[in-house]
Amino acid sequence: MKKTTMATIWLDGCSGCHMSFLDIDERILELAQRLEITYSPLVDTKSYPDHVDVAVIEGAVSTDEDIIKLKKIRSKTGLIVALGDCAVTGNVPSMRNNFQVGDVLDRAYVENAARQPGRPHEMLPSLLEKVKPVHDYVKVDVHVPGCPPPADAIYYVLSEILEGRNPDPIQMTRFGR
Amino acid sequence: MSDQTVSIKTLKIDGRDVSARADETILAVAQQNGIDIPTLCHLDGLTPVGACRLCLVEIAGSNKLLPACVTTVREGMEVFTESEKLNRYRKMILELLFSERNHICAVCVSNGHCDLQDLAVRLGVDFIRYPYLHPVEKVDASHDRFVQDDNRCVLCGRCVRVCGELEGAHTWDFMGRGVQTRVITDLDTPWGESDSCTRCGKCVHVCPTGALIEKGRSVAEMAKRRQFLPYLTLMRQEDQQ
Repeated sequence: MKKTTMATIWLDGCSGCHMSFLDIDERILELAQRLEITYSPLVDTKSYPDHVDVAVIEGAVSTDEDIIKLKKIRSKTGLIVALGDCAVTGNVPSMRNNFQVGDVLDRAYVENAARQPGRPHEMLPSLLEKVKPVHDYVKVDVHVPGCPPPADAIYYVLSEILEGRNPDPIQMTRFGR
Repeated sequence: MSDQTVSIKTLKIDGRDVSARADETILAVAQQNGIDIPTLCHLDGLTPVGACRLCLVEIAGSNKLLPACVTTVREGMEVFTESEKLNRYRKMILELLFSERNHICAVCVSNGHCDLQDLAVRLGVDFIRYPYLHPVEKVDASHDRFVQDDNRCVLCGRCVRVCGELEGAHTWDFMGRGVQTRVITDLDTPWGESDSCTRCGKCVHVCPTGALIEKGRSVAEMAKRRQFLPYLTLMRQEDQQ
């Protein structure tokens, strides 16, 4: 049987959702029988494959690069899962929305810089005016709130998808969990 | 009650035959019969105001949805507390509340002890389809015991009612209209400078979210204690009789 291909994406988040995914422990072996991770911070592929069955997205949308990535992912992916509060609501990254982008950059790169204070001006994606959830830019098929979502909820969601069912994880996790 | 004869009405809630005193609300009768209608602004012991609209129910013969907390029973009434339509409206209400302020559950002192969060789980709200407003909100930490964080306020008015009705201080009230409404102390002076606040903390403990909290609490530490409310209400009722 052909394995279901899966990508995991890391936008503006702390990687805690990826950690929680790894927290499914030995059940990952069972999933690996039927799933193949073809693109992820956890594997070495540099470019997004032409087709992926399931993309699991952690993190909020914070930069112009995030938007470009998302549009590309949406066009090459079957099912998109927004994993965790940052992807679903904006969560902690969105707390900067109450400030001007310039002030945020100054806080990090000028006021609190021990050496060479100054805003970054090359090689880095530029911050958007507002941090927003993934569904503000592309259609999301499954929302999994939680900070991070518990490993059991992630395992449940992936198992249901592999069975061809539509997961409804809200009884296993919640905003802020 | 001045009238000695108690009038009893019979009605149906979710297909069940129930009876009630004529002056009882649909919500009270449902609760007595183990039918759990979602509520947010309602709290037993405070005057119901029908502010949040989560307890909306359908009534046969009426195309209006009515708030169960302020609608009294009628003879022969047929009430439905669950339907696709009701669930759709209730979810919409919750999503609007989430989008109106900055509810960052993960870093909220009330995480895990929050009525808004619990309702999201109960009603199956797993994302907010409306754009977040991200308003710039005030955090008033001028009081030596308590903090008011407008980022988390849902304008249920429980603080306003408990302060006026039970404590008798009426420190809290509403200011502004619509989405601009805020709860304020005295004439919008900092809480710490309020002349009327008795520092009793009732407002903090009836607040459904992390909008009113005790100072010094960290993430997920602010569990509310509401046991006092039914007791105080009972005492007051006995005094009045």
